Amino acid sequence: MNAIAEKIPATVAGYKTFELGGFTFLRDEYFVTITWPVKDRRQSHTMSADAFLRALMRDVAWGFFYGVVNFDHVFGTRNLYGKVEFFGGRLNEHYHNNGLSYVEVFDTPRAMKLIKEILADWCNEGFDPFAAPLETGDAAFGEKHGNNLKAIDRFRVATRRMPGLDGDSPLRGDDNGYAINRAFADVAQDKPVIKAEPGFEGELHAFNLFAYLSRSDVTWNPSVTSVCKNSLFCPTTEEYILPIIHGNDRVEWFLQFSDEIMWNITDKETGRPRARVLMKAGDVAAMPADIAHQGFSKKRSMLLVWENGNPGIVKMHESGEIPPYPVTF
Amino acid sequence: MTEFVTRFGSLKDFDKGHIEIINDNPKYYVFSNVFEVANGAKPYEKVAVAKNLEYVIEAIRAEGTSGWMAASHDEFCIVMDGQVDIEFVKLDNPDAVAPASKEGTVAVQGEPKGKRMGSIRLGHGHQALLPKGAAYRFSSAGTSVMVQQSILGDLTVQKWGEICYS
Ligand SMILES: [Fe+2]
Repeated sequence: MNAIAEKIPATVAGYKTFELGGFTFLRDEYFVTITWPVKDRRQSHTMSADAFLRALMRDVAWGFFYGVVNFDHVFGTRNLYGKVEFFGGRLNEHYHNNGLSYVEVFDTPRAMKLIKEILADWCNEGFDPFAAPLETGDAAFGEKHGNNLKAIDRFRVATRRMPGLDGDSPLRGDDNGYAINRAFADVAQDKPVIKAEPGFEGELHAFNLFAYLSRSDVTWNPSVTSVCKNSLFCPTTEEYILPIIHGNDRVEWFLQFSDEIMWNITDKETGRPRARVLMKAGDVAAMPADIAHQGFSKKRSMLLVWENGNPGIVKMHESGEIPPYPVTF
Repeated sequence: MTEFVTRFGSLKDFDKGHIEIINDNPKYYVFSNVFEVANGAKPYEKVAVAKNLEYVIEAIRAEGTSGWMAASHDEFCIVMDGQVDIEFVKLDNPDAVAPASKEGTVAVQGEPKGKRMGSIRLGHGHQALLPKGAAYRFSSAGTSVMVQQSILGDLTVQKWGEICYS
């Protein structure tokens, strides 16, 4: 433990204080304060506790995801697949150019263990970091009161081919605890009609994807619903703000299934604003490999996130073998 | 309590979003709308609306009956508007139709040889598996819109300049 870290109290407002390498993490009634070493002092950074916990929940749920998970314009993580980089100020040109950025690489299991401990200790009873603010209220704040281990330890949907196939991930219904979300009460729940000839009952398969999405109990949490080699359809339901600013390490695509989302696009390396993209139902757009994006969904909406899971793709972008844009026209 | 209205698009009623450029090129976002694309497409033309290296999402105007198709890998389709029926035939010799080395949807020459597997009727928002080893064909009494998850193939049509903001 270094001299600075020794100065931070073991608990504040009932919440434990944590360290990971050169980083310290402290939460109080409203805020999370992160510090890291720079030059001859420590740089500090403050985030709202609910925003920090929503972002941390995505890092836990997605195993640090593809590329960069910016918690905000200063702090975040970058997945090195097997290892993970935590950074302060690295992707903010003002911090970085002034020597105030800091990067440290950890083995993924060590970092994951620590962030799960933070999440477990800092999420109060009644605060669900996967839920929209109108669903979970202001329970994130105040002195530590209880916990919400059930919310942060949800079943991770792992689909190999398509939900509902024999031996694959389950469909969603009232019977297994997936009620229709309040914002999707008007979404039809009818089913495809499958007429299989004898002997082919297990081979023909279809389901109501929109009904399945209407029963999602989480926001901003893509999960796979169809797999064509490395092509992964990862639809998700979105309400309020994407808790992270996602920095792409590959091209990602969006197809807006319902309602609308506004996206703020920034340069991945510098954080400079580049564009705003408004997507409405039926719209398709690419998120290039050199940008970061954050979405705003005023009503819970259905978004198809389309990923290419090819593990070689990051090196292809880094070496310049392929451009950051998917199509030239 | 708030009454929420979920807005889906359709061939006849869609509202396309937009790009506000701050310092960028709109072409980088390859922004199109599947209903607009289907409006300007021939029946069962497979127009790429998204492409990630070899993988594609195609927007398809389903109208009347399609030819028989197959692939050497699983494909999936989702109905975005209308109603689409799919018939399936288990191919006796799938490699002869779509060899493993061949990616993307291939057209089946003539009638597919094999056992009838059955059919699926898809409504709005429904998704079907188009399984490897089976030939399939679509039909739609009216005009419907689908997206298909596949790999760039002989039948994929790329007309980005026509469909995207620039
Ligand atoms: Fe993303």
